Amino acid sequence: MLKKIRVTLSVIILTLVTLYFLDFRGFIPEGLKFLTEIQFIPALLSLNVIILLSLLLLTLLFGRVYCSSICPMGVYQDFAAWLSKKFNKKKRYKYSKAKNILRWSVLGTTVVAFIVGFNFLVGLLDPYGAYGRIVTHLFRPGYLAGNNLLETIFTSFGNYSFYKVSIYTLSVSSMIIALITLFVIGYMAWRGGRTYCNTICPVGTTLGFLSKYSLFKIQFVDEKCNMCGLCSMKCKSSCIDSKNKEIDYSRCVTCFNCIEVCNRDAMKYKIVKRKKEQIAQAMPAYTYIKEKAPQNSSTSEKLAHSKEAVKTVNESKRRFLSASLVTGLAASKLLAQQISGDILPKRELKRQIPIAPPGALSFDHLREKCISCHLCVSKCPSRVIKPALLEYGLGGIMQPKLYFDKGFCNYDCTVCGDVCPTGAILPLTVEEKNHTQMGQVQFILENCIVYYDETSCGACSEHCPTQAVHMVPYKGHLTIPETDTSICVGCGGCEYVCPAIPFKAIYVEGIDTHNIIEIEHDEVEEIVIDDFGF
Amino acid sequence: MDRRKFLRSVALTGAAITTMKEADAMSILSQSFQTTNAAAKYDLVAVMGGEPEAMFRKAIEEMGGMKNFISKGDKVCIKPNIGWDQPVEMGANTNPKLVTEIIKQCFEAGASEVKVFDHTCDDWRKSYANSGIEDAARKAGAEVLPAHQESYYKTVSIPKGRNLKTAKIHQAIVDSDKWINVPILKNHGGAQLTISMKNYMGIVWDRGFFHANDLQQCIADICTYEKRPVLNIVDAYRLMKTSGPRGRSLSDVVLSKGLFMSQDIVAADTAAANFFNQAREMPLENVTHISKAQQLGLGTMDLDKINIRRVRI
Repeated sequence: MLKKIRVTLSVIILTLVTLYFLDFRGFIPEGLKFLTEIQFIPALLSLNVIILLSLLLLTLLFGRVYCSSICPMGVYQDFAAWLSKKFNKKKRYKYSKAKNILRWSVLGTTVVAFIVGFNFLVGLLDPYGAYGRIVTHLFRPGYLAGNNLLETIFTSFGNYSFYKVSIYTLSVSSMIIALITLFVIGYMAWRGGRTYCNTICPVGTTLGFLSKYSLFKIQFVDEKCNMCGLCSMKCKSSCIDSKNKEIDYSRCVTCFNCIEVCNRDAMKYKIVKRKKEQIAQAMPAYTYIKEKAPQNSSTSEKLAHSKEAVKTVNESKRRFLSASLVTGLAASKLLAQQISGDILPKRELKRQIPIAPPGALSFDHLREKCISCHLCVSKCPSRVIKPALLEYGLGGIMQPKLYFDKGFCNYDCTVCGDVCPTGAILPLTVEEKNHTQMGQVQFILENCIVYYDETSCGACSEHCPTQAVHMVPYKGHLTIPETDTSICVGCGGCEYVCPAIPFKAIYVEGIDTHNIIEIEHDEVEEIVIDDFGF
Repeated sequence: MDRRKFLRSVALTGAAITTMKEADAMSILSQSFQTTNAAAKYDLVAVMGGEPEAMFRKAIEEMGGMKNFISKGDKVCIKPNIGWDQPVEMGANTNPKLVTEIIKQCFEAGASEVKVFDHTCDDWRKSYANSGIEDAARKAGAEVLPAHQESYYKTVSIPKGRNLKTAKIHQAIVDSDKWINVPILKNHGGAQLTISMKNYMGIVWDRGFFHANDLQQCIADICTYEKRPVLNIVDAYRLMKTSGPRGRSLSDVVLSKGLFMSQDIVAADTAAANFFNQAREMPLENVTHISKAQQLGLGTMDLDKINIRRVRI
């Protein structure tokens, strides 16, 4: 019975989390976001005290239920192990000693790496993040292909409820990492069940420490047990020493396989009678975790330096700051050059600084909080977020950055911040998003069609939601782009659409700390038209 | 000869040919448009002062009714402007009420199916939804088709085009019996104005080519595509006078309450441009795609020479 509940719960959660990642049409309710928020590392990074306490309490009461049912990677391993049994019916597990040195050193290294700002390791090992990448980079293409197949079938019958989507590889490196993760963890599970959880996984080790003291535990009923060893053979955590009737609770993920398999009803999941101070001892674990909380001190220092137009949206919540708007001068200088004589040679553009998603505040903030689960990558409706390689440095490998080859960031869209479970990309209101500058427009006059071919274009300005790129009179009836970086949000509409070849004439340069821009709107003037005009 | 000089000479040659053909262009007045029954009573109908659907009803009535343009069993495609993720108040997209009314009348005239699409600039899902057109069109019984993938487009030849010789046009237009062009009147940073002719850019896949090969000429060129719209209906209920075609704020928008309908796309755009000129100065000669289209024989800019019906509601 207990096992049935566990399996049902696990399958439901895994399916929903997976679908939540895959769904691109809004079929899955947004409320399911909570399934990503209740994951351990996201809760820790977003400092969600309520969820963290609940998870710790859950573990202290019932053992590693988190590992068993909530963690999608855990369930994936159960699936791999279950599959291996289909191939090898005689497969059985065997009790083994805990790899304490290994698991504690992995945990220790991860914590140290995190503290020194090398977040890549946390991102790599966190089971939720790793599973997210597997879904995003490996399952999603299949899901989209399935959609396209259905589209072809339905459309041929005149039914337009499906539409085509393009399928492409966003990042080879992230895909390879996801593939390796899938195979390595899958292989470990195929061979030995929950090996990853009990040797590598930092969350498993942390919760394993707590589960030693949990209230409910699986226990031998001495008088019934005949030490047949069935339980040990069925234990995917290899934590039951049936010969000595001992269970290593730090590795037990409360899967209840042992209870289910026992013919003599000799295993019970029940309250352990123990002294109260043991619970008290467990509490410091939480305070220890809390100490790791990243402090965002650098942002506030910079805030003090900035003199111009500092306007905070919500002091208590985020500290955006407005930096200098010097770059705006460059464009007008370039523009001045065209008056004097010869045509300038075309110039290749190269983005020097990456563009962090809106709501990421700064590279520092993103690096500290992001575990690269790639939910934002998967969910971005405009598909402009992709994993970085080394743009954010070594610690920021796989963290999200914007690129505008296939689209641009929709002005009113706030999806990435809305879905981010770790607070790396903070949720913005549409109003806040509209005033968030994540990059600044750069115009390269010599590449521009209006300058080079002397024909009309204006595609950049057309797409600019704030008119940071606007068209000003040029030769004859022509108009040419002029940029005002102070009101640029960095959405990349101009860059995406610029038709100049071989080099685009306009692009967005990233900024390491996002700014708040102020957009002045003209007064609405009452214009009454009471004639046809011809 | 460098590229620039080459382009200059091409432009000059083009201009020379243009002047020679001027006489041909004038013969457009005798050109007959595709109508089903008796020829329309007027060349252009301009309506002012009503709600979008009321102005349309009046205009189509003056034009002799939808039956003049749509026959029983026709597969109809309606092409509004749904380019932007903007609400209706911004006047960035065609008014959904107008689209609804056109669809209704198409069905009343016996259309077997009505399809609606646009190749949007902003994210197509958001543009379709937030413009209100997707919902309105579906409720009126039309199919709303996606247009965000190249595979929805078919390559067609544009023999009369100067710069544009082929284009990929959405299959809904290519496969239709009749199509109706329903733009909204807006300022446009590059083309100066976007009206009926510029609205063609939403039926093609590769807009970048237009921008890279003399936008104004390509706009005129695409309008020579052999399957012309049976009607151009310019939504000027709201017009976007500045910051077009996307618009920044309500200060860009004027509640102008106008509607123009014509089979002659040049006349429709000329009339609409004159109307726009009252909100913000916009000399017709700046909107060069209109005169280029006249040179290609697509219609006339000389509004005095055509039969115009002006109605105030």
